[in-house]
Amino acid sequence: MGVRTGVRSGELSTGRNRLGQLLNRIWAPFSQVPLLGWLLGALIAVALEQLLGTYLARILGMIKIPALFGFAIVLKDLALIPSAILYVLLIYVLPVAVIARLSASLANRLAAKLLSFPMWVSVIVHLGLLYAVLGLWAGVSDYRTLVARLTLIGIMLTLSLNVVNGYMGEFSCSHPGFMALGAYGASVFTMVAFVDDRAFGPPLLPPALGPFMFPTALIVGGATAALGATLVAIPSFRTRGDYLAIISLAFTFIVKSFIENLEVVGGPRGLGSQPDWANLPTVFVWTVLCLWIINNFVRSTLGKALNAVRDEEMAANAMTVNTRRTKMIAFLFAAFWAGVAGGLFAHVLRYINPGTFGLQKLAEVLAMVYFGGLNSVAGPIVGAVSFNLLGEALRPLEVYKWIIIPLLLIVVMIFRPTGLIAFREFDVKNLLEPKQKPEEEVEHVAAAR
Amino acid sequence: MTFFFQNVVNALQWGSFYALIALGYSMVYGVLLLFNFAHGDIFMVGAYIGFFVVSGLLAVASMSSLLLPNWLLLVLGIIFAMFLTSFVGMLVERVGYRPLRAAPRASAAITGLMIGIILETGNLALLGARRVSFPSLIATTTYNIGGVSITNKKITIVLVSLLLMLVLHQFVQRTKWGMAMRATAFDFSVVPLMGVSINTIAALTFGLGSALAAAAGILFSVAYPVLDPYMGITIGWKAFVAAILGGRGSILGAALAGFLMGFIEIFVVVIPNPFPTMFPFSLFPAPYLFPSTLRDLVAFSIILLILTFKPHGLFGEAHTARLRL
Repeated sequence: MGVRTGVRSGELSTGRNRLGQLLNRIWAPFSQVPLLGWLLGALIAVALEQLLGTYLARILGMIKIPALFGFAIVLKDLALIPSAILYVLLIYVLPVAVIARLSASLANRLAAKLLSFPMWVSVIVHLGLLYAVLGLWAGVSDYRTLVARLTLIGIMLTLSLNVVNGYMGEFSCSHPGFMALGAYGASVFTMVAFVDDRAFGPPLLPPALGPFMFPTALIVGGATAALGATLVAIPSFRTRGDYLAIISLAFTFIVKSFIENLEVVGGPRGLGSQPDWANLPTVFVWTVLCLWIINNFVRSTLGKALNAVRDEEMAANAMTVNTRRTKMIAFLFAAFWAGVAGGLFAHVLRYINPGTFGLQKLAEVLAMVYFGGLNSVAGPIVGAVSFNLLGEALRPLEVYKWIIIPLLLIVVMIFRPTGLIAFREFDVKNLLEPKQKPEEEVEHVAAAR
Repeated sequence: MTFFFQNVVNALQWGSFYALIALGYSMVYGVLLLFNFAHGDIFMVGAYIGFFVVSGLLAVASMSSLLLPNWLLLVLGIIFAMFLTSFVGMLVERVGYRPLRAAPRASAAITGLMIGIILETGNLALLGARRVSFPSLIATTTYNIGGVSITNKKITIVLVSLLLMLVLHQFVQRTKWGMAMRATAFDFSVVPLMGVSINTIAALTFGLGSALAAAAGILFSVAYPVLDPYMGITIGWKAFVAAILGGRGSILGAALAGFLMGFIEIFVVVIPNPFPTMFPFSLFPAPYLFPSTLRDLVAFSIILLILTFKPHGLFGEAHTARLRL
């Protein structure tokens, strides 16, 4: 049995409440399903939705496939609650549960087999499956594709901010600024080089080359953001304290004001007609890349040094950690990824204006980081996904959406002040491992008899 | 020269708003080492409470045919609104900050931010997107002193805020409660051992700060009588910057930095253009060096520069506040 499930069932069984016991009982049959099994189940579920979704939705009295698990439909028309629940049960919950449970032993064997190859083989297979699930799910409507892409970008933003706010333990408010720099940097690069538009005139390079140069554009955006980050880092890392918070906040204001006054990129009117290169596969690949690199970064010597700086800067210094250099590198690194996320964001929406990167964005990114959990890699994923999906699902509530989401976050903060999944290492091997080894299976069966 | 003094008057007015709000940030930061990110929205709530109090008083006065002078209504409005808003501040502390006192400080900052959003949205949901206009209590009279025109509103605003700052200073320096607050700021962990309840001090600090923010809100709506739910965001964050600029927990520093902020913002856009036709500056239409759209950029750049050379603010002492993670 894997470590993660072990911890979970342990927590639940010590809880004396009946809900815990009930959850434990429901969870028990699934405790030996590896990630591969869940992915298989999800794949079947989304394939089923592609095939039967519209048909089933019509039968249940809905016009089309509910976009986000039926939340929006339910909030618009309360009479549809039973059919939305039935739809979710029939299309998602039932197939996933059945397939995951039935394929458990097969998936365990498969996962073990995959792990006997080099790690990357197993990782690629899992990612391929994950992409298949996501692509099929998002393929149902353009709206879903947009939500999926924005959520993935949210994951990148949250991961990179977590490097500063979680691993480094400072409070940075400059992420909207970095995002803006990245968005404008990447947009200007692609539009000057490859697009015939009003702002920059005819393209300098053949547009056919464009999609292949898109990574360069994103890296240009990231580098722009990192350049901006040096402006913040130089004054704020001279002393320890809350001055990063204030300087980074001032930086966000400065960037916004600067872009508003830059007529070349449209000033307050914004910049539009970016090429449509940030499709779902591109965003997915960049998110995975970001996840991989940030996970390796925080597990590296540098990442551990960063934690040491957070916990006690003086002691870290005495232990030969170059604290200033460590903080600078981590900050520029985070800014780079925020810039890349901004570049993708600009090419997803294909229109940006400086107002997008204001205090509202700051509140969103901070909420995602602290909701998900500090000092972990899984936390930001959970935070960004739940925050984005919740935000979209509650959209029909209009004004009240921005009362419910903050209330939820306050409750999370009160009961788990560092977020839902905080201070956990993201161990890929542990994640991909079969949850039940063959010899254990034999013991298990013997014990049952 | 007239022009200069005219701008000094404007800067003093804006400086009063910033200083009053910055004091709230600075006290909470000084005493409890927390950022109260809901403070800008408490300013907004204060302005709205002031609006309701003043409207109510006007209605009562007209119904009972009582002839209250308008300045008395304003004073009563300020006092009532300060009193009521201080409870909003205490509520924010009770809900968002007290349960998180042992938690990392950043988490408390997030709850503050979220409470701010709830206050804005709650206002929007309760009162609708319609903007309300503050009843004009004082008829504007303009005095002309040597070519500088000063309205009575500006004089009122500056004088009332200076008076409030003086009262706050006396409270903190002369009373037992003030002493307890200073002691808490000095050492957070020893004070409870001396029989001073941290909870009471925290509530007091939030209450005082919120009362000042409410006063700022009413004074602001006397000068700019259109209220909307998002009026507190920008002014609040700017006042936060001013509070940090003043130095941690320094009341004098916060007040002075608030005025400095007002002066920087006003004077940045009236620097005369020394090279009206030279290349880089001819991009901007003369006669000023910076167009007013560059106000935030230049103002915050100046503040960044100041913080680069005085990282602990103007009046702060060196300290090593850490996020308790």
